[in-house]
Amino acid sequence: MPEAQMVGSSLEVRRPLLEVRHLVKRFPVGGLFGKKQLHAVTDVSFTLDRGEVVALVGESGSGKSTTARLIVRLYEPTSGEIIFDGKDILKTEPRKASLSFRGRVQMIFQDPFGSLSPNHSIGFQLERPIRIHKRARGEAAVRAKVYELLETAGLNPPEEMARKYPFELSGGQRQRVAIARALAVEPEIILADEPVSMLDVSIRMGVLNLMHRLKEERGIGFLYITHDLASARYLADRTLVMYAGHVVEAGESVDLMDNPQHPYTQLLLSAVPNPRAGLRTREVQARGEIPSLINPPPGCPFAPRCPRVMPQCRHTMPEVAQVGPDHWLRCHLFPPG
Amino acid sequence: MDDRSTPLIDIRNLYVEYLTNRGPVRAVENVSFAVKSGEVFGLAGESACGKSTIAHAILRVLRPPAVITGGRILYKGVDVLGLERTSPEEYRNKVLGGVTRKGIGSSAELIERYRWAEVSMVFQSAMNSLNPVVKIVHQITDVLMRHLDIDRAEARRRAEELMEIVNIDKRRLEAYPHQLSGGMRQRIVIAIALALRPSLMIMDEPTTALDVVVQKDILQQIDQLKREYGFSILFITHDLSLMVEFSDRIAIMYAGEIVELAPANEILNNPLHPYTKGLLASFPSITGERVKMSGIPGAPPNLLNPPAGCRFRERCAEWTGVDIPRSPQLQEVIPDHFAACECKYGRADHA
Repeated sequence: MPEAQMVGSSLEVRRPLLEVRHLVKRFPVGGLFGKKQLHAVTDVSFTLDRGEVVALVGESGSGKSTTARLIVRLYEPTSGEIIFDGKDILKTEPRKASLSFRGRVQMIFQDPFGSLSPNHSIGFQLERPIRIHKRARGEAAVRAKVYELLETAGLNPPEEMARKYPFELSGGQRQRVAIARALAVEPEIILADEPVSMLDVSIRMGVLNLMHRLKEERGIGFLYITHDLASARYLADRTLVMYAGHVVEAGESVDLMDNPQHPYTQLLLSAVPNPRAGLRTREVQARGEIPSLINPPPGCPFAPRCPRVMPQCRHTMPEVAQVGPDHWLRCHLFPPG
Repeated sequence: MDDRSTPLIDIRNLYVEYLTNRGPVRAVENVSFAVKSGEVFGLAGESACGKSTIAHAILRVLRPPAVITGGRILYKGVDVLGLERTSPEEYRNKVLGGVTRKGIGSSAELIERYRWAEVSMVFQSAMNSLNPVVKIVHQITDVLMRHLDIDRAEARRRAEELMEIVNIDKRRLEAYPHQLSGGMRQRIVIAIALALRPSLMIMDEPTTALDVVVQKDILQQIDQLKREYGFSILFITHDLSLMVEFSDRIAIMYAGEIVELAPANEILNNPLHPYTKGLLASFPSITGERVKMSGIPGAPPNLLNPPAGCRFRERCAEWTGVDIPRSPQLQEVIPDHFAACECKYGRADHA
């Protein structure tokens, strides 16, 4: 706790807590001596502050999960900077993320069936991070903290829930345990990778609303990774649209989805099921899927599918163009400046 | 055959149980609905609500421990659950309209003939249901040659035709599944389901594993094929917005029972059952004002030991405190719009 308060005092500087700059990740593929590279994430930059939800949306293979995994150092970035609380952690913590960083940035995974150990009680799984990160001392204090976490995550009665094992819980309850476990270290930022996509529809809102409450009440910043644009619009202050490893458009969520400018964002939004519009009203303007990311050709990655493609799209990646106060994109239809 | 007054498939009071060591799981309880010819009928609900079990019962592919403990399924008037006892003559007259076809020489062959030629199915995560070590062409021609009296060359010609129908280059017939994208594999599975021109296609979460752009593309294509060939679709999904967009009528299932059944626009604009309302409140909108949505508190009941009376009561926002001793029955609250909620609409006195 004292650590978190110390961090709070640096708020005056008004620098966002997390700043990702020109992040790149390439995976070597094609055998031991293969020279091929899979360009999973290319030149991704964004900021995430306390008390803010930023959504990373895109189709499978767009690089959104890889981006989160780079930030928590499950993968080592090929290049770029991850500036956390004013320090480039890739330089200050070159080999792996420090305990202190892990105590401030936590991650929640998609699969609540795979992310909890089946052999340990819920209580045990929550105690561990508390002890490792020394968030409470002494048996009684740790226990009280576990109960408090369970209550925060909406798992009642906590005494009973702590004794249970994962198999006794529903998917929604397990994801709440995963959130409680992330909260155990009192993080300032949580990276949530598709946290509700494996849950039943009727309980998804409960988990999204819990995240919203944690943002409002505790000022936790969330990176919300999803393929579901409607939920991003619902939860996130800002949304970034990723395609083939690039952020192609970003903006304030409602503005972005009501006025999409990039042809890919427009395509994505036109494909979202909309019961009021009906299936036949809006024809899909582009077919095809995300191109191969192995040694991709230069230029805009969306060019092969883009209904408005121009010659220059096929050889140069467009620069960032501002189209609103907090709305930018990368598309040759919008020249910078 | 296209008589619109008699339904294509008629499910009456169906009960299915899974016999487990801990006792029977009552997965489907007293479910009745009918799909008309040319119609897209949607079956919506959360996981384990029984929707896939119904699909498997219709296709006669339920295996132990699943047991059909009651009810009937009539396909063009023929009892699907009693196909083994149906005479080839009756089948020929009612199902085939008097035409003789390969593989209906004996009652035992009727099931084979009914599956796929009459009712086919696109399974959940169908893109992984192709055999990984067999070329696409053989996976399609196998189906054709098993059911039709044609040689390999003719089967291949028809396979090429099917590829054209689902918009895939016929050169891809020589590919193995791993060489194709998820969307293409799903299209091929749909082509195989279409191969024998069935009257009913069951689609169980056909696009759940696909990205939205591919999903929309495939659904538009299915919609077009349906209008071209006139088959009916039993469409199963948990995604209510997709379902409303795609279906003519919808049945909402909860914990093994149908709680509401109505035309799609009625489900969207005038939901009657509190569960349906809760489901609709679980899908944030992609347009308009951002409003807080509640979803539904709690979780579905354990069907090993379901609560007596209304199975939704514990999660219901509109429960009046009235105790309903028996399961609420579907009743026609307004014309063509059925709901099973006795707290609000009382109990109908029908048999």
